[in-house]
Amino acid sequence: MKFIKKENDNFQKIAKTGLLVLTSAFFAACSSDDDSIPEIINEEELITTMKVSLVPENGGETLVLNFQDLDGDGSNEPIIDSEILAANTIYSGTILLLNETTDPAENSTLEVAEEGEAHQFFYSNNAGMITNYTDEDSNGNPIGINFSLETSAATSGSLTIILRHEPNKSAEGVTDGNIENAGGETDILVTFPITVE
Amino acid sequence: MHNYSCWLFLLLGISAVGQNCQSTLSGKTIDFHNNSPLIGATVIVVGPEKATLTDLNGNFTIKGLCDGTYRLQISHPECLTKTLSVKIDGETFVEIHLEHHIDQLEKVVVKGNAFENALKSADEKRLSSKEIARYSAGSLGDALKKISGVSSLNTGSTISKPVIQGLSGSRILIMNHGTRMQAQEWGAEHAPNVDINSAGSISVIKGAAALQYGGDAVGGIIKIEPERVPRIDSLYGKTLFSAARNGRGASLTSSLTKSYKNGWFAVLQGTLKRFGDFETPEYVLSNTGFSEKDASFRFGFDKYTHGLEAYYSYFHSELGILSASHLGGIEDLFRALESEKPLIIRDFTYKIDAPKQEVSHHLAKLKYFKRFKNWGKLTLQYDFQQNHRLEFDRRRDSEDNVRPAIDLTLKTHSFSADFELNKINGFEGKIGIVGRYQDNYSNPETGVKRLIPDYWQLDFGGYAIASYDFNEKISAEAGFRYDFSHIDAYKYYATSLWEKRNYDEIFPEFEVKEYGTQLLTHPKLDFHAFSATAGINYAFDEDWKLLFNYSLASRIPNPSELFSEGLHHSASRIEIGDLRFGKETANKFSFSLHKQSEVFSFSLSPYINLIDDFMLLEPIGARKTIRGSFYVWEYRQTNARLFGMDFDASVKLAEQLRSEHSFSIVKGKDVSQKKALIHIPPANTLNRLIYSTEKMGNLRIALESKYVFEQNEFPNNNFEIFLPVSQATETVDISTPPEAYHLLNFYAGIDLTKTKNYRLRLGLDITNLFNKKYRAYLNRQRYYADNLGRNFALRLNLNY
Repeated sequence: MKFIKKENDNFQKIAKTGLLVLTSAFFAACSSDDDSIPEIINEEELITTMKVSLVPENGGETLVLNFQDLDGDGSNEPIIDSEILAANTIYSGTILLLNETTDPAENSTLEVAEEGEAHQFFYSNNAGMITNYTDEDSNGNPIGINFSLETSAATSGSLTIILRHEPNKSAEGVTDGNIENAGGETDILVTFPITVE
Repeated sequence: MHNYSCWLFLLLGISAVGQNCQSTLSGKTIDFHNNSPLIGATVIVVGPEKATLTDLNGNFTIKGLCDGTYRLQISHPECLTKTLSVKIDGETFVEIHLEHHIDQLEKVVVKGNAFENALKSADEKRLSSKEIARYSAGSLGDALKKISGVSSLNTGSTISKPVIQGLSGSRILIMNHGTRMQAQEWGAEHAPNVDINSAGSISVIKGAAALQYGGDAVGGIIKIEPERVPRIDSLYGKTLFSAARNGRGASLTSSLTKSYKNGWFAVLQGTLKRFGDFETPEYVLSNTGFSEKDASFRFGFDKYTHGLEAYYSYFHSELGILSASHLGGIEDLFRALESEKPLIIRDFTYKIDAPKQEVSHHLAKLKYFKRFKNWGKLTLQYDFQQNHRLEFDRRRDSEDNVRPAIDLTLKTHSFSADFELNKINGFEGKIGIVGRYQDNYSNPETGVKRLIPDYWQLDFGGYAIASYDFNEKISAEAGFRYDFSHIDAYKYYATSLWEKRNYDEIFPEFEVKEYGTQLLTHPKLDFHAFSATAGINYAFDEDWKLLFNYSLASRIPNPSELFSEGLHHSASRIEIGDLRFGKETANKFSFSLHKQSEVFSFSLSPYINLIDDFMLLEPIGARKTIRGSFYVWEYRQTNARLFGMDFDASVKLAEQLRSEHSFSIVKGKDVSQKKALIHIPPANTLNRLIYSTEKMGNLRIALESKYVFEQNEFPNNNFEIFLPVSQATETVDISTPPEAYHLLNFYAGIDLTKTKNYRLRLGLDITNLFNKKYRAYLNRQRYYADNLGRNFALRLNLNY
């Protein structure tokens, strides 16, 4: 500050005031840190679990295929439980999507049903099974939360269930369950090992 | 002996006339101390040997000059004769301070340019206001690509991040109006939050040598500086309107400057841009529109002995992200790669839907300087920045799309003090300190796990740089800097990752509490960083010079490199940072040979950058989730080596015909793993033929050719993945760079009206003249769609 004295008094004032303002603003800023702990976020869009219940049309025990990945995109591998299906049987299938990180678990299938026009499930398998849609959205197109599954001869393979967001349901073959031209974004893609006996 | 001051204060109001030989150099010579005009000073333009005497008001005018760099010789009976170089280019105002010591006059040469170079021993390439005007509707990243060695990392057509000699993101420091931008630059899809129209000049320093700005610019520094305001009583403005065919949009920018002879000034500036979906040669890029609204205001006074400036700027942009690039997992990516066209193509619209980004940035600054006789100049600055970033994803419930998936607020306060010593016996120096406090808040309302945790960071730094002129030909400079940073974060980790990484053993003190599958942690990290530079400038003669610079840069890991953990929706990949990271250290050696003459100029600049503990993000495998498999990209540290070369040349072919050439190449190698580095820009060459005449309304026509080679050095990060849909194991090729491409651009400009008081100029730009279909390696949308097709743009440029 020694040099400033030689100069114009006004500017000494400006400089001093300026310094004061700047310094205090800086320290005010530094001390304004809030050390409060941020609240936890439980991923709302997260789906941790898919349960596919298969009810044999001619009566019998309901089978449940279960996919569960509680840490979402975390590094733990998902747990996949499958069942042994009976040969030459027609099952009535229903898909249930859950977010089990909340208590009680959130049923995400409801969201899919609500926006049925913007969602569609697709099923593909290499175990000789035939799947058909048994539900409709408001436009009369399938959603695929409910479906039928018909097994044939005893074999083993896999069943893949895919949920597409914003598929093009008017594209060729899509309402028949052909995913080829469906487009859209994949919301669910789960593969179950299947044994038909 | 008279002890009168021969402080010359030259205000060169160069009347803006195109690239021709009708430019007029005018100015005023003023005795600094009493502001009285210096009468009868002789001003000679060396080369054309045009001379004149200053009049009773100290004014002079020299007509009929070609654009270019000239040496001016100014002599006055009471002052020492001195030559200085002046660049005559459009409406550049050149401010020259002359002092009465010979040694101090040396400085005039540097200051003779309207904008001062930060360094003597390292290259600084600059875009003039005229060049900036051409990119008025575009982005900073696009404009900078004109400079050799600068490329861009793009996400689609609107998000463009500059890459300098192969490096980008946190390795590039952006100085906006003297303030270091703090705008979450760590993200690959985070474009600089800068209105290009607020700049009077933009320059690039390719390296970390300018220590006054920071010691962590491993890649380089981009300086955005405002237009100089002349010390005259004046009111002037400019308005630029441009309309483009591709994107069917327009941009309007305007600025108004009021200046006074006593040094007071005020500048008001604003920009509006609005574009709809852009188009490739074959289809619409759905949801790629954008809107931008910017404003800035600055005022203050500059009395040479002291000055004060206040600046405020606001930047707001809303950017659509290509619908087809918003994907689920690898299966969707495979579909996108297999398809010739994007998976979602809709009709053209101006509507911007999710996925999109909305970013606002406030910058307020107060700067004061004072010169102390015989000592130097003290500058004090306080600035505040607030960056608010919202990213919207497509949610399952589309009504919920209005709720952002990322909501980050970054506030930064900085204070700096710099002292520049007067030049004494060829020696000059600068010292400074900086303190910075930063706070990041991640809004939990998103309902999506935080990509970047809440944290605060405190930085302190100090530097000293000095230069010494051995003689007329050789000067050297050196400097060092020390920075301390403390990061204090609260983060919820997935317990599974925390344990898998052994963080529970390495950082048990960070653990706070476990909540189900998540673990609350409180990392506190300290970093110390040293940086240094040394360089030599050797001028053989008037035309030739050789520069050499060595710089040591240290960069601490950014929040993304440290804390990333989880699915990054907009990139459709799982990204994992590393809490164990230390700083990365770069040793860069750069050489530069320059020749400058009217007929032929060139510069050749080879460099090598050796980086220890280089942080990079690379795919390491796939992880199965309920949404299918996702690539896992993990940050790792390695030793890297980048070397390359930038070449520029300009040749005068005929009186009105000039050609410009540039070529850059960079090779990046991961030395530890003995493979190529990911995302290194391919070699490219830019060649331009320019015809300009003073007749026909300063007609200027340019044809530009840009050839980008195929990047043939890349790491192979492809994995074999079992795809349930096709029931087959496939290789999803995310590594192979796209083919080489060649684009032609055309530009023409002509004055419609030109009077003493205003000038209206019309410009026509055609980019991608032949509507070439291409994809670029450094564009993240290359997996999904082609780059832009042909564009016609009309520009109206009014100066008044």
